[in-house]
Amino acid sequence: MSWFLDHLGDVLDLTVRHIYLAGVPLILGLLIALPLGWLARRYKALYPVLIIGTGLLYTIPSLALFIMLPLLLGTKVLNPNNVIIAMTIYTVALLVRTVADGLGSVPEAVNQSATAMGYQRGRRFVSVELPLAVPVISAGLRVAAVSNVSIVSVAALIGVAQLGSLFTDGFSRDFMDPIIVGVIACVLLALLFDATILALTRLATPWLRAVKAPS
Amino acid sequence: MIGRIFAWLADGAHWQGSDGILTRLIEHLAYSLVAVVIAALIAIPLGLFIGHTGRGRFLVVNLTGAARAIPSLGLLFLAVLWLGPKFSGDIAFLAPAGLVLVVLAIPPILSGAYAGVEGVDPQARDAAKGMGMRGTEVLRQVEVPCALPLIMSGIRSATLQVIATATIAAVVGLGGLGRFLIDGLAVRDTPQTASGAVLVALLALAVDMVLALVQRSVVSRGLTGRYAGVPVVDVDAREGVTQPTAAMEHGA
Repeated sequence: MSWFLDHLGDVLDLTVRHIYLAGVPLILGLLIALPLGWLARRYKALYPVLIIGTGLLYTIPSLALFIMLPLLLGTKVLNPNNVIIAMTIYTVALLVRTVADGLGSVPEAVNQSATAMGYQRGRRFVSVELPLAVPVISAGLRVAAVSNVSIVSVAALIGVAQLGSLFTDGFSRDFMDPIIVGVIACVLLALLFDATILALTRLATPWLRAVKAPS
Repeated sequence: MIGRIFAWLADGAHWQGSDGILTRLIEHLAYSLVAVVIAALIAIPLGLFIGHTGRGRFLVVNLTGAARAIPSLGLLFLAVLWLGPKFSGDIAFLAPAGLVLVVLAIPPILSGAYAGVEGVDPQARDAAKGMGMRGTEVLRQVEVPCALPLIMSGIRSATLQVIATATIAAVVGLGGLGRFLIDGLAVRDTPQTASGAVLVALLALAVDMVLALVQRSVVSRGLTGRYAGVPVVDVDAREGVTQPTAAMEHGA
């Protein structure tokens, strides 16, 4: 406890870095997964290709991906962007399927009603299909968010600073306090991400609470 | 750089000996196999029980959620620092690291087994009861076969998680392919590090592919719809929305 209080500033600094490294890929990944998921849904032949392709990317262990990316991209090993890109790849891998399934969960009758009301394909996607797919997409996003927070800590092994640095620091000095603080901070951060997504989902789905009419 | 990786991998000297690629590969496979088998022996019966009886459902849901949030690297270090001094010799890091691998493999398998049984069509269950099957017969002959796709996908994600974490566990002294990554990083030997990373990635892909084939052969064709002359229906696609989490474990 005293170690934590003495190093409060450091821990906060690492937490901010951790939020950046785990959070930005979540947003980028969602932005990339939306059109890919739509494609997988729109063109049935693409579904297995995209799902298997992103699934293969997801099997690559994080440390291996962190090490391979700089070599493939020509970036510096310590460049935090490598971690951002790796985490974005994992996020996309998780979300493409979620987005496709989420769009698939929209009742066909709703789509046909929207078309009958004069919605063009693009507008129907933005204002009918996407909003109705939010609960499913949000469930996938929560999984991605929580696992992102956990995976990012591995980047400490390649020297990119975030909460995982507390693990390597503590281990190299045979000192448990920083590791315990790091684990707790990671779990709290995961809960924070989860709660944020839940709150945003609630804001985006007023219709989920509006359906209960008195009978 | 790609050329230097090929050169490193093509060097026969790197494949032989107690710290060669072959030995490390076998170590990595052995750790992963042992950890997943132990985890499966614990998690599958427990998951089937919870799915069959409906008791302890909250345990599965909360456990799998919480397990995903715990950083495996931190858990690994804590286990070695905490449990290591209680042992002597190689066991001092082998036992804690192995324990962490098993602990990390349990939640995905547990949630797969539970969700698989839970998701069995109630009509199939009723029909089995109507035919006079007892509880355990329903479980063995109806629920387990129907749950196999999700049980297998739980095992697959647990295996990937274990392979990834076993790689990281080289930091605390475990063998396996992770040694090339960790040792290479320590002495800034980029070709060795990168080759190790490529090998680990290939191992994960290969193992997952083998498990996919196992899944294909053990899951009843009645579930997958794979009959001679009939187009293949992807099992994964059928799981779809109902159970997004079991196939989404990774962690490390």
